[in-house]
Amino acid sequence: MNINEKYTLADMVMNHALKNGAEQVSVSINDSRSSNIEVRDQKIDKLTESIRNSLTIKLFVDKKYSAHSTNRMKEKELFHFVEEGIAATRFLAEDEFRSLPDPELYYKGGSADLNVMDPKLDSLEAKTKIDLANQVMNEAFQKDSRIISVSSYYSDNISNRVLVTSNGFKGDSNSSNISLYADVSVNGGKGRPSDYWYENAIFFDKLKRTDIGKKALERALQKIGPKKIKSGKYPVVIENRTVSSILNPLYSALFGSSIYKKQSFLIGKENKPVASQKLTVIDDPFIPSGFGSQLFDSEGLAAVKRPIIEEGILRNYYIDNYYGRKLKMKPTSGDTSNVIFTTGERDLAGMIQEIKKGILITGFNGGNCNGSTGDFSYGIEGFFIENGKIVHPVNEMNISGNMNHFWLNLVETGNDVLENDSIKTPSMMFDNIDFSGI
Amino acid sequence: MNLKRREFIKVGGITVAGSIILPTMLHSCKGSPVSDSAGSYLDHFEVTPEQLQKVISTALEKGADYADLFFEHTLNNTSALEDGKVNSAYSNISFGVGIRVLNGDQTGYAYSENVTLEDMLKAAKTAANIANSSSVAKPLNITEYHAPNYYPVVNSWESTSVQNKIPFLQRMNDNVFAGDKRVTKVNAFLVDTTSYILFYNSEGQLAWDFRPMATLFATCVMEENGRIENAYVTRSFRTGSEFLTNELVDELSGDVVKKTSLLFSATKPKAGEMEVVMGAGESGILLHEAMGHAFEADFNRKKTSIFSDKMGQKIAESFVNIVDDGTIPGNRGTINFDDEGNPTEKTVLVKDGTLNSYLHDRISANYYKVRSTGNGRRQDFRNIPIPRMRCTYMENGPHKKEEIIASVKNGIYVNSFSNGQVNIGPGDFTFFVKFGYLIENGKFTQPIKDINIIGNGPQALADIVMVADDKELSNVGSTCGKDGQGAPVTFGMPTVKVKKLTVGGINA
Repeated sequence: MNINEKYTLADMVMNHALKNGAEQVSVSINDSRSSNIEVRDQKIDKLTESIRNSLTIKLFVDKKYSAHSTNRMKEKELFHFVEEGIAATRFLAEDEFRSLPDPELYYKGGSADLNVMDPKLDSLEAKTKIDLANQVMNEAFQKDSRIISVSSYYSDNISNRVLVTSNGFKGDSNSSNISLYADVSVNGGKGRPSDYWYENAIFFDKLKRTDIGKKALERALQKIGPKKIKSGKYPVVIENRTVSSILNPLYSALFGSSIYKKQSFLIGKENKPVASQKLTVIDDPFIPSGFGSQLFDSEGLAAVKRPIIEEGILRNYYIDNYYGRKLKMKPTSGDTSNVIFTTGERDLAGMIQEIKKGILITGFNGGNCNGSTGDFSYGIEGFFIENGKIVHPVNEMNISGNMNHFWLNLVETGNDVLENDSIKTPSMMFDNIDFSGI
Repeated sequence: MNLKRREFIKVGGITVAGSIILPTMLHSCKGSPVSDSAGSYLDHFEVTPEQLQKVISTALEKGADYADLFFEHTLNNTSALEDGKVNSAYSNISFGVGIRVLNGDQTGYAYSENVTLEDMLKAAKTAANIANSSSVAKPLNITEYHAPNYYPVVNSWESTSVQNKIPFLQRMNDNVFAGDKRVTKVNAFLVDTTSYILFYNSEGQLAWDFRPMATLFATCVMEENGRIENAYVTRSFRTGSEFLTNELVDELSGDVVKKTSLLFSATKPKAGEMEVVMGAGESGILLHEAMGHAFEADFNRKKTSIFSDKMGQKIAESFVNIVDDGTIPGNRGTINFDDEGNPTEKTVLVKDGTLNSYLHDRISANYYKVRSTGNGRRQDFRNIPIPRMRCTYMENGPHKKEEIIASVKNGIYVNSFSNGQVNIGPGDFTFFVKFGYLIENGKFTQPIKDINIIGNGPQALADIVMVADDKELSNVGSTCGKDGQGAPVTFGMPTVKVKKLTVGGINA
C-alpha cells in the first residue's frame, strides 16, 4: 500500500466504525519490511525476508473502550472485524476516563522533516548485504586459535505508519534502520565466554563497517579466566552500552500507568531529588536524524522537548492521555523519544583510573527491580579494578540495593555517549554499591 | 538488537499486543468451525493440495534438500480489569504462511501474510535462494499425519463471549479486596488464544493442529503506614474456556493476598555464597536456566554451550533425573507435534546423573544423526523453528523435604520467582527470587524478598546434593525468550538442595 492508499483505508475503516455506533475512533496502519542475514564461520546460516502489515483500531463506544488489531487488510473482513469489535465493547463496563486526546494537543503539521528514513535502503542488492556480513565475520574468523564460533549479522528495516483519529488528527511517519553485529565465542578452558559488538545507522552510507568482528573477538578474549571476589561495598563504573539496563527501572517508574497502579517508587517525587546532581536527562524528540526522533507520538500528541531530571531533581513524568485523565495530570507523552544525558569530562578509561579497588560492569545477567519499592538485585559480568587498572574478569556476582539510594550515589557521568541509539547513555560511576560474591 | 547469546524467561508477563473477546465466531477465513480433518484445515486457509505441492516445488527449485510451509491463524483476546471493573479489552488477529528452505544446515526463510498462490510463490522463490545447485529434489506424495491430541477442548474460546469471562475477573477483584483491608489496587487479566496450524513439507507430510491457550493473571497492591508492596499470581494451560472456574479464581485470589501480605515482614538477606533450598514446583526455573538452555542442540552443534563436550558424561549425582516433556495433557508447554511436523515426546536429558540427550530440532538431529526430539518450535509463522524447551522437570529423589531443611545450617529457602536468564557459553545463570525464608540451624526464620541468585550451570548441577520425593509441576504462565522469539514453557521440581549459590543481598 502506498501512503494515499493507507489514508483511504484508514478513513474507510474509521467511518465504518462511526456509522456503526462508535463515538470516537482512532485507526493506525503500520507496515514494515526487513531483511536479515546471518553468516557463521564463512557460510550463510540464515537468510530471512519479511514484509508485515497491521491495522489497529481503538473504539470508544457508549463510554466503553476496546482496541483491536489485525493483519487481514481486506475491506470486507475489516468491516466485519469492526462490527464484532463494537458489539464486544458494549459488554464492557463504562470508563469515564476513556476518550481520544484533546485535539489542542495534537501535532498540527508544518514542522521540518526530521530526516529519519533512507530511501536508498529499498534498492539495496542482496549481495551488498551478504558481503557486509562476511566482511564483519572475516575480521574475527580464524584470527585466534581459541575461537570456537564467529557469527555475524546484517539486518535492515524500513517502517511506515499512518494514524487518523475521528477528532481531527491525521499524520504519517517513516523510519529506517540498518545494523551490523558480530558475536564471538572463545574457548576459555573452563567456560566458553562470548561477547558482541554492533553498529547501527539510519542511513546506509553512514553505517560504520569496520572494527565490529574485531571488537567482539577482543572482548570475548578479555573475559577468559573470570574469578569471583569478596562480597562487600565497592565503587563501580558501568560501561555506556550497559547503563540502559540499570536506567530501565528508574524509567519504568516515570510512566503514568506505573504511577497509577502504584508500581512506581517515584510517586509524588515531582520537583524533588531522585538522583545525585550529576544526573540530567532530557527527552528531545527533535534531533535531526536521531534514532528516537518524532514529530508526534503514538497517540498523535505533538512532540515537546522536556527535561526529565535536572541535576537530580525530577521535572517531568511520561504521562499518556488515559493515565493523564486518571491522575488529573496534563499529558506529556507516553512514549520516550531521544533520551539525552549531560556528560562529564572523562571517558571510561579515565574513570577506571580513579578507582583504587572496584568493579567495571560490562553486562548484566538477569535480575529485577520491585517497581513499588525500588528494591533491585542484578547479576553482573565485568572486571575487577585495582589501583586504576583492570586486573581480571569477574563472574557469578550480583549487585543489590534500592533505586532511590542507588542514583544518589552517582558520582560521575562520562563523555562517551552511545551515539547509535535513542537512549544516548554515557558510562557512569557510582560509589558504595553492594556486591555479593564469595 | 536482541541477538545476544543470553536467554531469558519471564513469568506471567502480559505481552503488550492486545486482543479481544469476539462475541461470536470470527468469519475472517471460512465461515464454519474447523473440524479435525486435513480437508477442513485446507479449506480454512483456502489452499489446495496441488497449490501446496507447487509452492514446495518452487521452494526447492534452486536445489535445496528440504522445504516446509507453516500456515497459522491466531486469534488472541485480552479482557482487563482495573478499578474494580472489566473496562477494557484487546484483540489481535495474525494470519499468514512461513516458507522455510533448508540446504544442509543453512536456512532460507520468507513469509507472506496473504495465501494466494501468487504471494506464496513469491515468498518461496525468495527462500529458495539459500541453495545454489543443479540437482533438484522432487516433492513426495501427500501423507496425512494424525497426531495424538494432548489438549482436547470442551468449549472453544471463539464460542465464549466476553460476557462469560467478566464474572471471573470480577470475582478475582472482589475476593482480593475482601481478603485483606490493606489492599488498595487490583489489576486482573484474562488472555485467551486460539491458533489454527496447517503444516506441509517436501517429504509429503501434511499435519494440522488446533492450539488453545489461556492465562489468568492478577496483581495486588497493599499499603500500610506509607509502605507499598505488590505481588502477582498467574496460571496458564492449553485449554478452552472450561479453564474458568470459581475454584481457580478462589485459589489464585487467596494466593495473591497471602503473597503480598508476607512481603511486609520480608527483608534483604546478607550478601554472599550459601546453601539454597529450592522449594517444589516453581523452582524448576533452576533447571530451565542452569541446564535446559545449555542442552538445546543448536548451541551444542555450534560448540558455544558449556555442555558441548559432555554427552554421556556424569554431570550430577545418580539420583538426579531431568526430563523435557511435550506430552503432559493441557500443559502450557505441551504441543501435539512440533513446528516442523515432528512428534513430541518425553525426552530424558539427564538419566541417573549422566547427560543423556540434547533437545533437537530437524537441523541439529541431522547434524548429530539422531531422531529429532520434537523440540523445533517457533513463535509464529514469521519466525524459523529452533530448539526450545517444553515442560522441563526433575523426577523425584530419595530424600524428604523436612530432612533437607533440617540439614541446612545457614542458608535460604526459595519458591517464588519472577524471571531468570542464562549466558550459554560461560554457563552463568540467574533467577530472581520474589519471596523466601532464611534457614538458620534447620529452621525457617526471617522472610526475604527481591534478590537475584547467580550460579554456574555445570557447577550447580553437580552441587545438587539432595532431592526430595515431592515433585510438583508449576503452571505459572512462563514465556521463554530466545533469538527474539517467545515460546510458552513450564517446569517443575521436587524440593532440592544446592550446596552453594551466590545470593544477592546487602551489608556483607
